Amino acid sequence: MLIDVHAHFYTERSPYANWRELNAARLEAGRRIGITAHVASMLGSWGVRSPVYFPSEDDVHQANGRMLALCHEHRGLVFGYCLVNPNYTDHALGEIETRATAGMVGIKLAASRRADDPLLDPIAALAAGRGLPILHHVWQHRRREWPGQEASDAVELAGLAGRHPRARFILAHLGGGGDWAHSLRVLRDVPNVWVDLSGSGIDTGMLEHALEAVGAGRLLWGADVTLDTGLAKLRYLESLGLSDADLARIRHGNAEALFPRGSFR
Amino acid sequence: MTIDVATFVGGYPFRHLPDPTPTGLLQQMDRTGIATAWVGHLPSAWHRDPADANAELAELLRPHEQRLRGVATIHPALPRWEDDLRMAREVGAPAVRAYPTCQGLDAAGPEMRGLIGAAAAAGLPLILTVRFEDVRQRHPLDLVPDLPAAAIRALARVDPQARLIVTHADRAVVEEVHFGLTPAEARRILWDISWIWGPPEDHLRLLLGTVGLARFTFGTGMPLRIPDGAIAKLDLLELPSDERERITSGNLQQWLLQASDERLPSGSP
Repeated sequence: MLIDVHAHFYTERSPYANWRELNAARLEAGRRIGITAHVASMLGSWGVRSPVYFPSEDDVHQANGRMLALCHEHRGLVFGYCLVNPNYTDHALGEIETRATAGMVGIKLAASRRADDPLLDPIAALAAGRGLPILHHVWQHRRREWPGQEASDAVELAGLAGRHPRARFILAHLGGGGDWAHSLRVLRDVPNVWVDLSGSGIDTGMLEHALEAVGAGRLLWGADVTLDTGLAKLRYLESLGLSDADLARIRHGNAEALFPRGSFR
Repeated sequence: MTIDVATFVGGYPFRHLPDPTPTGLLQQMDRTGIATAWVGHLPSAWHRDPADANAELAELLRPHEQRLRGVATIHPALPRWEDDLRMAREVGAPAVRAYPTCQGLDAAGPEMRGLIGAAAAAGLPLILTVRFEDVRQRHPLDLVPDLPAAAIRALARVDPQARLIVTHADRAVVEEVHFGLTPAEARRILWDISWIWGPPEDHLRLLLGTVGLARFTFGTGMPLRIPDGAIAKLDLLELPSDERERITSGNLQQWLLQASDERLPSGSP
């Protein structure tokens, strides 16, 4: 088994005229790699009607609906995160309740509000109550504001995780740009944050550092928008001499334990 | 046979690299099936004078010369830089490197134009590096900009004999340069595949169709990046074996041969 905990798909509301081909290419590359579960989100209209990282209520609602439809179309292969924008608290909580009941397995927080902002507290509390992990977009060591997003880094996510010890968080795309070593320093002693290895970055030393800092028990394999680098990291992990049990944890075991029981059966 | 044109030995100023030695490089090459590598001296990209680093590189690689070929760094604003170029040619280097953005030079200025012309006359390709790291992760003091596409275009136009290998370029840079040159100028450039995205967007597959398979060669970026990335891209393409072989070595060998033929004066045997 191999679970990609950080996938994305597109719809006719996204800016890509070739959205069908992109979705098919993800599934086809996943088949070649051996991915047995794509856990995915759609980030609103991907900028067409509202910004990617600041999606409107309507874009959130439409994206989650289409994500669920895709899950149904590829039942047993594609699984959904419920996207929310925490600036619209009531809408966010309503989406989570509705979509989790309909079968979504996690929550996606992008970069609409800083991770340590109190507005995220009711979402984290609901996630903990329903047993849904939160995949949080992270800029590894954000030293300044970046346009188009209110990005958070590991320090800010750890702040939220500390306030909600029963909630479980996934720090997104360790290889997705920024200083991964900084994030790993932060997360050593934050037991309710797991690390997703996705992203286009394939720096030497990153995977060794991740194993040393948080251990195989808190690492999750993922690809995000570059499946080739996901495959590369998978192969490199296999070369590091990990036990079969540790490799299995990273490939799928940790994700199976993190998401609601039975999600991937 | 796979030839990696984008490798280094030596440390990196802004983060620790695990085992950036010839032995470490060879271990990764053996693990991933890379036969030979063209090897630069990474710290020399920032040296005021790279001559000592070039000598050190030659010494480091001497025990491994069957598989590791040294690529000297040239700083074309130094007095007598031509001596360094001549020495590289005399020791049989397959190419030379310059890092104008790290060396504080105008990437398309007179020094770089002089170097590309002299390298062409010496029959040596010039290897340029668009970036070492993603801009989002750089050290606060690492203010070196990416190598601009405009500079690559300008250098490709300097001399009809010029040959450039451009490493660590992404799709946008490749396209901006390739479609901003005449076909003859564009044939002076080979691109390594290390920084080009695979599926689902699959920029590499797109570029092989639009820019042409003949324009690409194999590079990994070791020891900054794990070599598995470049190999995974090729594996996911599922190319026919002859096309894959062109990327892993054939295009490079053919391109060097063509360059050599074009340098022969008419009437030469």
